[in-house]
Amino acid sequence: MTDTVLNHARIIDPVSGKDHLGAVLIRDGLIAEIASKPYPKGEFDSGVVDLKGAIVAPGLVDLRAFIGEPGEEHRETFRSASEAAAAGGVTTIVMQPNTSPAIDEPAVVDFVLRRARDTGLVRIHPAAALTKGLAGKEMTEFGLLKAAGAVAVTDGDRPVRNAQVMRRALAYAAMVGMPVIHHVEDPDLVGEGCATEGEFATRLGLPGVPHAAETIMLERDIRLVKLAGGRYHAGLVSCRESLEVLRRAKEDGLPVTAGVSINHLTLNESDIGGYRTFLKLAPPLRREEERLALVEAVASGLIDVIVSDHNPQDVEQKRLPFAEAAPGAIGLETMLAAGLRLVEAGQITLPRLIAAMSTGPADILGLTAGRLLKGQPADLFVLDPDEPWVVDAATLRSRSKNTPFDEARMSGKVKLTMVAGKIVHSHH
Amino acid sequence: MTAASFIFPHAHLLGIEGLSRPDIEGLLALAEEQITLNRQIEKKKSSLRGRTMINLFFENSTRTQASFELAGKRLGADVMNMSVANSSVKKGETLIDTAMTLNAMRPDLIVVRHHAAGAVHLLARKVDCAVINAGDGAHEHPTQALLDALTIRRNKGSIEGLTVAICGDITHSRVARSNIICLQALGARVRVCGPVTLLPKGIERYGVEVFTDMRKALHGADIVMMLRLQRERMNGAFVPSMQEYFHFFGLDREKLALAKPDALVMHPGPMNRGVEIASDVADGAQSLIREQVEMGVAVRMAVLEALARRLPNS
Repeated sequence: MTDTVLNHARIIDPVSGKDHLGAVLIRDGLIAEIASKPYPKGEFDSGVVDLKGAIVAPGLVDLRAFIGEPGEEHRETFRSASEAAAAGGVTTIVMQPNTSPAIDEPAVVDFVLRRARDTGLVRIHPAAALTKGLAGKEMTEFGLLKAAGAVAVTDGDRPVRNAQVMRRALAYAAMVGMPVIHHVEDPDLVGEGCATEGEFATRLGLPGVPHAAETIMLERDIRLVKLAGGRYHAGLVSCRESLEVLRRAKEDGLPVTAGVSINHLTLNESDIGGYRTFLKLAPPLRREEERLALVEAVASGLIDVIVSDHNPQDVEQKRLPFAEAAPGAIGLETMLAAGLRLVEAGQITLPRLIAAMSTGPADILGLTAGRLLKGQPADLFVLDPDEPWVVDAATLRSRSKNTPFDEARMSGKVKLTMVAGKIVHSHH
Repeated sequence: MTAASFIFPHAHLLGIEGLSRPDIEGLLALAEEQITLNRQIEKKKSSLRGRTMINLFFENSTRTQASFELAGKRLGADVMNMSVANSSVKKGETLIDTAMTLNAMRPDLIVVRHHAAGAVHLLARKVDCAVINAGDGAHEHPTQALLDALTIRRNKGSIEGLTVAICGDITHSRVARSNIICLQALGARVRVCGPVTLLPKGIERYGVEVFTDMRKALHGADIVMMLRLQRERMNGAFVPSMQEYFHFFGLDREKLALAKPDALVMHPGPMNRGVEIASDVADGAQSLIREQVEMGVAVRMAVLEALARRLPNS
């Protein structure tokens, strides 16, 4: 393999927070050198790409994406999801186990890994189900699932209602060394609710969900972590009360982390407007004050991870009255661009944004991805932070088109994405 | 402005929200004219002659559907009733497919009731004709609010400055939401009252006074508007029992006596006698309940006519 040199690159290192002009030398799929200065002309015979100051950063690690394969390939396949990911700078996807069949047996993990290897473009790691059939009752084979290649256990977008099941799962997962990821929404308090409880939902006549539905579940889980141990990650937090609970858990030194979706960082409940079902999410979009607090929590590091919460839904699941439509939005391709809005608004630094989308999630799973290190696989992307573009649902690569950002103006385009030094996306 | 020259500036009637005071008053003025007509032996007009109107009811409603049907027929329209029980919706057809299918039959007006909030808006975006919301989930029921306003105005002369107490299940009530907006636009002071489990969060942001003590809510009220409480909500889910509900929130003579002596009682129907309202109050001298039904036809004629004036003529 010949060398590739990404010269005159603005290198963002999320680990050190450094942001400097230099060059990245890629050899045999690995990062062979990270030069602190651009290479002079003539240093290499070929393979030099002059990035003219464009950004190079570690490939993003998306801790929460739903893929329709196996079972619902009309929504998304490994291929289409990885094309979307690559176009968005995501080089590692942690797919949720909510497939058909669910990823609750080692054989399914094996199938997913083989299928992803053969048809995918980016790295796809399955998160296995926490309970059999995602039913919230009986633990899956954590040890065997881990041996088969699952990176975490979670019931995806389904909460585990039974505290005893959760307690034992935390204890057992701790023994096996598997992180537990949980969707923190109390299903009884959510009920039929589909918008944040308050004036806005009341005016639209939509049943509301109180913030407490999330906070109570998070609080319960943290008490169970105290009781049972375990490496615990709250999949999505979305309100200030939850941030307080999280802060206390971290101050107590508990092995607790939390994620937030890019949607909750960049949209608020009023975006639902006249019942736009593409903005129906679980948890629902919150008020602006909550959004701002979430952004601040990412900036300060209280929230560890930003996820796309990529959830492809076909048109038939969305062309329905709001309360009847399926929740979820696609996001692999737009997560980074949407996040750059926060950088542009001066609310978060670029290295911090990228850390929350790469190193942060990789650390939770114990993956080496999400950093630019000599000797590591060259998983990275090149970004022109100033290139403007308009999101067009029709041209997004996902098989489903349920983006909440259709027709949104973005600034910042991924020009090139590499996985192990291989170009998986390029845009001119 | 006379009713004859009134131009309604909207293509559809999806809710009271978004209507201006002149819009509402224009519709009420137009409705006044229909009342006279409706009391004659010859009740037919020809303002909707040649027009096709479809009643599309995804939720059963004998009275609202009958009221719209009569309104359409009295204006000379061809009226077709489609209730969900007989439609392909039961066979899995989606709301939008149903809308597109009906749209292809070139109706001029579609009246829709649906159990989900926002369903009528969704449908209105997919069809070319005028759409009237006959109730969508807990969102809006604009013709009910208009007929209530008309009934009040005819009995009190004006709505400006009146105190109206809306009592019962506010959370699930589209009638309450439309009425709050409509009555406030016309200058009334609105109170809402119900058990705390049936008061939606943020309701005070409408600028209403909120009560859980019905005696206080009724004190000095000019109008007492009762809402229906569905039976499945009385079995412990929202309130402990029918008996407890009637005791604290049912309108009986004793509670009504706390309102002004000339207070009037309303109910959108159908009533649960002995649950939210005592029979003697419902049938008593202060009750406007039957007049509301009469005004319903007039208001719906006015709405149909106002929207039809905007329809293309070729």
